[in-house]
Amino acid sequence: MSTVAKKRYPTTWRRPPQIMTDRRWRISIQIAIVAYLIVAWNSIEVDWERVVVGLERGKQFAMGFLRPDFASRWEDISRGIIESLTMTLTSTVVGILVSVPIGIGAARNLTPRLLYLVCRSIVAVSRSLQEVIIAIFLVAMFGFGPFAGFLTLSFATIGFLAKLLADDIEEIEPGQVEAIRSTGASWWQLVNYAIQPQVMPRLIGLSLYRLDINFRESAVIGIVGAGGIGATLNTAIDRYEYDSAGAILLIIIVIVMGAEYASGTIRKFLQ
Amino acid sequence: MNTMPPDRPIWHYRTPRQRLMLWFGWLALVALFVYCWEVMNRETLWFFVMDAPNQAADIGSRMWPPRWEYVPELLIPLWDTINIATIGTAGGVLLAIPIAFLAARNTTPSPMLLRPVALLIIVTSRSINSLIWALLLVAIIGPGILAGMVAIALRSIGFIGKLLYEAIEETDPLQVEAIAATGASRAQTIIYGIVPQIIPAFWGISVFRWDINIRESTILGLVGAGGIGLKLQGSLNTLAWGQVSVILLLILGTVVVSEWISAKIRHAVI
Repeated sequence: MSTVAKKRYPTTWRRPPQIMTDRRWRISIQIAIVAYLIVAWNSIEVDWERVVVGLERGKQFAMGFLRPDFASRWEDISRGIIESLTMTLTSTVVGILVSVPIGIGAARNLTPRLLYLVCRSIVAVSRSLQEVIIAIFLVAMFGFGPFAGFLTLSFATIGFLAKLLADDIEEIEPGQVEAIRSTGASWWQLVNYAIQPQVMPRLIGLSLYRLDINFRESAVIGIVGAGGIGATLNTAIDRYEYDSAGAILLIIIVIVMGAEYASGTIRKFLQ
Repeated sequence: MNTMPPDRPIWHYRTPRQRLMLWFGWLALVALFVYCWEVMNRETLWFFVMDAPNQAADIGSRMWPPRWEYVPELLIPLWDTINIATIGTAGGVLLAIPIAFLAARNTTPSPMLLRPVALLIIVTSRSINSLIWALLLVAIIGPGILAGMVAIALRSIGFIGKLLYEAIEETDPLQVEAIAATGASRAQTIIYGIVPQIIPAFWGISVFRWDINIRESTILGLVGAGGIGLKLQGSLNTLAWGQVSVILLLILGTVVVSEWISAKIRHAVI
């Protein structure tokens, strides 16, 4: 105990760690990360000569971005954009129409147990599959073109919207439901007067957000043949027409930015 | 409704004008939908659409039973996929941190010049899907895992950068002021005032993005960027549907496991 008096107070201060306070855990995790990085790094096979050749192409692509060529492939680009936009709108509308009943069905406080499980499993299937993988299958079934893309995006919309809608319904204010129920309202009237006003603002916000996501996805599923601007972009890159590819990417960025800005404004206006 | 006396006006939520506007809004949406449907399906071959149930049954019968012998061949591509996602996320995080500090209103050194540039980088990275990034990078640096990693990293910058700069803007200014009042330099106020406040959000965002990247990296192989997607592409091209179903089940399992890990870590951190 006499050592306490002799102990010198430290003159410097080190910030204590925030996340992992146990020193042994921290060090062993750091060692594990370094070991993983070494192992993972060795699994990369890089052909540096190919990279050097490719960098030249990268420079061309960057130049294509700076000097985009809208004119020479305008017919294909505009067709792709129109397909993408129409696909986005129709699939979002259909997706919402289908996901509202499924969302209501997947809300635990509204539906019987069996229906709840069925609806939740539809949501789980739709959420766990990537859009591109769904698109591959739907293209194989329905043939190339925007119709397969429309089905893909609708299906993906169901998983997204129905889940968020169901979670939202499960968290509503129960007092209002009780008030409407005590007037002797039927199940439909209950949904219409107690639940719909509470979830509507969020549903509209989510729908606009999904519209935005669907446009971005519509640019991708074209790569596997499901119509839209992705097919045009894929062709442009395959043919090394980087100025046209730059033009397409710029159009995508501008539309996404515009959509984001517009949906932000609409959501602010609604609240 | 029927029991109400006829002379008393019925209560409505909205005024007639509002109802009219709303009705026109819906009408416009329906008209737009019909128009878009027409334009979209101008070249749809309805013969193929009608044939879809037969096709589905055909593919379904070929996909079952899954060819389980194929699993050992998939383990190395699966490892590659996980590496693409993990190292890609790490790269994205490293690139996103400076951009987030440049984009946040309270830490940016120049709100007029550098902030718009940082925001532009974030928007560009966010609006282009990782598959498109991979398509570009495969053309530039050649097919392989590296293209996939760079694609994942570039796509992650926007996501992590956006969420991180919002977290930085939401930090408590009082703590920063307290650090500054001790005479700390600008860098010191950031390290001791802001960083401790955003650390939990930072780990949460990174792990969440890692989880998304695992999903996205499973399909990058479709355009040649390595991983299990290459095997998927190969199996689809040779119409080996039994192998396709094995790959899909494996992807599904990986995604479920990664989601579980990410949820655990986020729960522990936040």
